[in-house]
Amino acid sequence: MSIVLENVSYTYMPGTPYCREALRDINLIIEPGEFIGIIGHTGSGKSTLVQHLNGLLRPTTGVVKVDGNDLQAKASEKKRVRQRVGMVFQYPEHQLFEETIFDDVAFGPRNLGLEADEVAQRVESALERVGLPVSEYGSRSPFRLSGGQMRRVAIAGVIALQPEYLVLDEPSAGLDPRGRDEIFEQIMQLYHGTGMAVVLVTHNMEDVARMAKRLLVMNRGQIEFDGRPTDLFHDTKIQLHEFGLSLPYMTSLLRTLRSRGLDVDDALLEASDVAASIQSALQKKRIPQC
Amino acid sequence: MLQTNDLCHTYLNENGEELLALNHVNIKIAAGEFVAVIGRNGSGKSTLAKHLNALLTPSAGACIVAGMDTQDFSHIWDIRQTVGMVFQNPDNQIVASIVEEDVAFGPENLGLPSAEIVRRVDEALRLVGMTEYRLHGPHLLSGGQKQRVAIAGVLAMHSRCLVLDEPTAMLDPVGRKEVLESVCRLHREEGITVVYITHFMEEAVAAERVVVMDAGHIIMDGPPNEVFTHVEEIRALGLDVPVAADVAMQLRQRGMDIPVGTITDEGLAAAICP
Repeated sequence: MSIVLENVSYTYMPGTPYCREALRDINLIIEPGEFIGIIGHTGSGKSTLVQHLNGLLRPTTGVVKVDGNDLQAKASEKKRVRQRVGMVFQYPEHQLFEETIFDDVAFGPRNLGLEADEVAQRVESALERVGLPVSEYGSRSPFRLSGGQMRRVAIAGVIALQPEYLVLDEPSAGLDPRGRDEIFEQIMQLYHGTGMAVVLVTHNMEDVARMAKRLLVMNRGQIEFDGRPTDLFHDTKIQLHEFGLSLPYMTSLLRTLRSRGLDVDDALLEASDVAASIQSALQKKRIPQC
Repeated sequence: MLQTNDLCHTYLNENGEELLALNHVNIKIAAGEFVAVIGRNGSGKSTLAKHLNALLTPSAGACIVAGMDTQDFSHIWDIRQTVGMVFQNPDNQIVASIVEEDVAFGPENLGLPSAEIVRRVDEALRLVGMTEYRLHGPHLLSGGQKQRVAIAGVLAMHSRCLVLDEPTAMLDPVGRKEVLESVCRLHREEGITVVYITHFMEEAVAAERVVVMDAGHIIMDGPPNEVFTHVEEIRALGLDVPVAADVAMQLRQRGMDIPVGTITDEGLAAAICP
């Protein structure tokens, strides 16, 4: 099964002076187990698009189907679909509200009407997955954690619903570099550990270059590019800045070196690999100058 | 311009325990300097920023802005006019429904004659490159444009010092570039003193001086090419270094002769391919 968007358009405030077409004729299939990055400038339609994936927004025209269920058809479908597609919004730590971390993560499962021991088991496994074991953190207040940890508690709250698709909108905004690394490490582990599909909306080019297998570029409400990250970042003909984007910093460094005539591999992302590539490119030239 | 003397700031947490967010911070920032402040979440960066325009006042020690003590309440409006702040979320700082009215909000509250307000708004929008948007609704602007409008609002107050607290955290890469370029130009051409808090190490490289905070202390303070040479120490603090500094260190470990202080793409290219 999969999430299917057919000819989806969405207009904010139609028939008013503020009317704005945010999505235009989107056709998209998201398969289970995929890792998709969505990038694009602010206002390009990324967040509007992901809010269609679990029925938070209804398309103005077109159809959204999750595992074959048409989201417009019945209100009752919507509830089931929302369990399948978990959403982590921007700054999700602002949504924490319970006195203890356990209760906060348990809020969703309890609302599903699950038995107490099932709830406890889901909370335990969700917190384990984000690296905050319940034995150590369960009874603590979520408000006394670091920014990155609070965000992981919020993600655990969504994972506890055991969705098949996890949508994350800017999960690293405002985090320091270590917090950023931690959260992406957790997301990767989660992805590999559960087989859940991940849809990641981000402004961070390094992260999508490193993690996503498939990349969507949104521009003016349309999907401008759909393919592998390497195909986007290594095609010198694509003018990324027109889409509000840039190259990953490392790719940009490698291109600078290539423009100086050094034959380095510009698909590399890790500093140690890059250093090795620079050294071998220099040796190939046999002379230390290019 | 800005000076702190053993500045301490104590927060009370929910259990009534004292947390020292700033622990005897001593820093001097001269007029016209461009200082980037980096540090982990919770290291005290934002608390320090809020002292610089008296949104917070010291628990102990002192904070002096252009010769005025922030604890002296009679100076508070002069201090806030001297030091303007720009925050992370562009949507939380815009008050009017038209760009030029938003920029005029500050000067209007100073009770200036309307001709002077118009002059200041024109100048401020020109300085951030937003003149053509003066009659637009702010909600139709991109994040980078909104932040530039927020900066224009500070400039219209004729503030000589601009404190920006993660102004690019919510922006796309092009928006980040627009904001950073505007700030650099204001510093270079208008001599504005800039304190720029960021988690993007590539932005900190644009400053003349980088201050590293950890647990309420300033633990490093120097030009970017000095600070970012300490790759291991910076990493141990939960921060990162620009990719060029990282690659330079890796090359040095492989026995190549890359000059210490190589932290930019161009610098590295010049070192490898002279």
